[in-house]
Amino acid sequence: MSDEFDPLEARLKAALKAAPSPEAEARDRALALAMENFDRLQASGAEARPKEDRPRRAGFFQGARSMMNFLTSRPALAATTSVAALIVGVTVLLPVAENLTPPTTPKLAAPEAPDVPTSSVAEAGAPAEEKAGRVADPAPAKPADLVLEAAPAPAPEADMMPGAAGEARLAESDGDARARKEVPVGGAAPEAEAALADSGGAPDMYMVPAPSAVVAPMPAPEPMPYLEPNTEDYASAAANPVKITAEEPVSTFSTDIDTASYALVRSTLNMGVLPTPDQVRVEEMVNYFPYAYPAPEPGQAFRTTVSVMPTPWNPGTELVTIGLQGELPAMADRPALNLVFLIDTSGSMEDPNKLGLLKQSLALMLPELRPEDQVAIVTYAGSAGLVLPPTKAADRDTILAALDNLTAGGSTAGAEGLELAYRTAKTMQGEGEVSRILLATDGDFNVGVSDPEGLTSYVAKKREQDGTYLSVLGFGRGNLDDATMQALAQNGNGQAAYIDTLSEARKVLVDQLTGALFSIADDVKVQVEWNPGQIAEYRLIGYETRALKREDFNNDKVDAGEIGAGLQVTAIYEVTPVGSDAVLNDPLRYGTATATPAEGELGFLRLRWKAPGEDESQLIEQPITGQEPATTEARFAAAIAGFGQLLQGSVYLGKWSWDEAIDLALSARGDDPYGYRTEAITLMRLAQSLSK
Amino acid sequence: MLMDTPDETLAQAAAGGDRVAFATLVARHYDRIHGLAWRLTGIKAEAEDLAQDICAALPAKLRHWRGEARFTTWLYRVVVNAAHDLRRRQATRARASAGWGDWEIARQEEIAQAQAAQDWLMEAMARLSPELRDTVALVLGEEMTQAQAGEVLGVSEGTVAWRMSEVKKRLRAMAAEEAR
Repeated sequence: MSDEFDPLEARLKAALKAAPSPEAEARDRALALAMENFDRLQASGAEARPKEDRPRRAGFFQGARSMMNFLTSRPALAATTSVAALIVGVTVLLPVAENLTPPTTPKLAAPEAPDVPTSSVAEAGAPAEEKAGRVADPAPAKPADLVLEAAPAPAPEADMMPGAAGEARLAESDGDARARKEVPVGGAAPEAEAALADSGGAPDMYMVPAPSAVVAPMPAPEPMPYLEPNTEDYASAAANPVKITAEEPVSTFSTDIDTASYALVRSTLNMGVLPTPDQVRVEEMVNYFPYAYPAPEPGQAFRTTVSVMPTPWNPGTELVTIGLQGELPAMADRPALNLVFLIDTSGSMEDPNKLGLLKQSLALMLPELRPEDQVAIVTYAGSAGLVLPPTKAADRDTILAALDNLTAGGSTAGAEGLELAYRTAKTMQGEGEVSRILLATDGDFNVGVSDPEGLTSYVAKKREQDGTYLSVLGFGRGNLDDATMQALAQNGNGQAAYIDTLSEARKVLVDQLTGALFSIADDVKVQVEWNPGQIAEYRLIGYETRALKREDFNNDKVDAGEIGAGLQVTAIYEVTPVGSDAVLNDPLRYGTATATPAEGELGFLRLRWKAPGEDESQLIEQPITGQEPATTEARFAAAIAGFGQLLQGSVYLGKWSWDEAIDLALSARGDDPYGYRTEAITLMRLAQSLSK
Repeated sequence: MLMDTPDETLAQAAAGGDRVAFATLVARHYDRIHGLAWRLTGIKAEAEDLAQDICAALPAKLRHWRGEARFTTWLYRVVVNAAHDLRRRQATRARASAGWGDWEIARQEEIAQAQAAQDWLMEAMARLSPELRDTVALVLGEEMTQAQAGEVLGVSEGTVAWRMSEVKKRLRAMAAEEAR
């Protein structure tokens, strides 16, 4: 349906209309198969409909989800309602929940209203219109009787094969959809998956067992309608394996200041569900918490703190914790800041937990800015637009009014919005100023990004060209594209945070604002060389999506993570000393004799980092002697690493259980001025109950 | 008599176990399923397989039909989702060509068809992302309104409009290249 006549479009249309007519044989085969399955289904007894189809976007699950979100965002309600009661009550409560949801934004006329007005689609039941949508159509619909006769006759085995194969494929894909997708590092989801997420529909083929296949019952209904897993996309990789020091003594990775995984885990647990292993990235959980590492010496960008302690979950190994503390420059002379809020106002954002929370969050942040800082707002929904031209932060009323006026509606033109945001950021750029785009989204980049890889390389290019950073704030659940978010922030040298509550917004945008907005070190790479004479095996806990090649360490062209002002990054190795009972790998019969005899150091730590805007990296080296004392901070980090691994069902924890994890966290709670650690312990208790 | 019964009535009856109603419904819509399957995949053999898979799955799927949408809209959605599944499987099988890339094989089969037009179609479709292909197949191929196509694809009318303008952009780029 084009507004004006377009010859090219008309040509495409004509070509598409010339669909080849179906073979009569194929048609008969398909119809026979349909009848066969119909009969089998009838014979199997017509149980109640096991699962809702989702004809409209705002369907059953959506409603249930928004209700769950709503309930969990109000602790008082959640606390009085047991999970079991929620499950039972879902169907009944649904309409109420829809009404309960406070409309912070005016409801838009739903574009996907169920009744279709007059249409050019063939009118049902009118035989004359059977041909609509086709040109060559030699086979008119057969009378029902004919089909009926053909149906019960079992088709020859050979003829059945394509159908059977097809069924198996479809059934398998159904399983696939429920299983989480593995996304390669960099988060570039395959194009087809993007298409799938885009369709908003789960591949919900329901299969009747084929004659040649094992007769299986109808798939059981999902036990709990908590999420549509296949519209969320997580960046994950298999947990790092145990490495043999003699074979691979060097371990290299990039720092990671993302915290999204912890907030996601929290939001999932608060829904009364255990997170799936791919939602858990241990290093992001560990790095969520502030640690009181010693501050860097004057003139140094950061300081490393190493501590060695016995592994809580394995008496035969030790934990080596490497903490990096970024310096906190005097904020009085911090450079002026140019912020572009790139706000997703697509229809899917219309939820108090998304756009509503987003507005509150950004409003919280405004008082933290200095009068000379500049703010601009770009929205993207259907088409991208500059909602607020660059405005001094002093003019808070104008900014607040612009924020307030945001409403959700339309689809997501993510790529267009990103381009506009970068253009806007460039116009704001002044000498010595820092520009950053804050992308706020629920991850639904459904338009214009047929190529996530192209998008991330675009972000990386802009970072190099204009020096504009990009951070990503995720909101809401349901179609959170964690993989794309992570990839964008990683390439934009920014942070990916997930904001599920106003207190999380406070943590990210107020308490740690300087860290989130000002980078003190870019491309921070960590390399540890373990001494095979001391350490038989080692394992890096987490950082799976951040692994670097050994040779990339010295290559300044290879991008890595940044460290924000005053922030900490923590990495934990579990190492097995030579001669320990806990060594997993037997020595090689034909291997070389053990290298250097046990001498001194456990390993050697190397760090490379660049001052922001510089091309050449600097090197910091420090031996790990094994004498470094364990601190409360390191023990709390270990407790959180244990928490993450328990959620992942890690094989390395042995019999170590929730009780021990909670005890360890309790004993290492330390100062905890903001209560983050206390909250983590509450979450561990919740996870413990849920996993029983 | 059944031939005049609206789809929705038939679907309701079929969902309730009416065999004749189901047979009528499938026979009536097979060509439609096949046509869209072809427009989505671009390969005749693929379209036939897809149509057959859908027919096989239809009895079970119909149970979830609640009459919230027009039957044809619902059916189109089933076809589009099945085509997505197919693409996904092809992608996991590391077959980079998503349907239209296999045009050469299909062309051998359909040598009698209007060659030039089809080659052009192949090239045009190959330039579009899967989302754009789906949209084009529905809006141009099935002559749906943007609202209807949006309903099938589960996106808003605005998205469909945006995608169609994107399609035009790519077609123009292609025409410009041809002219060179």
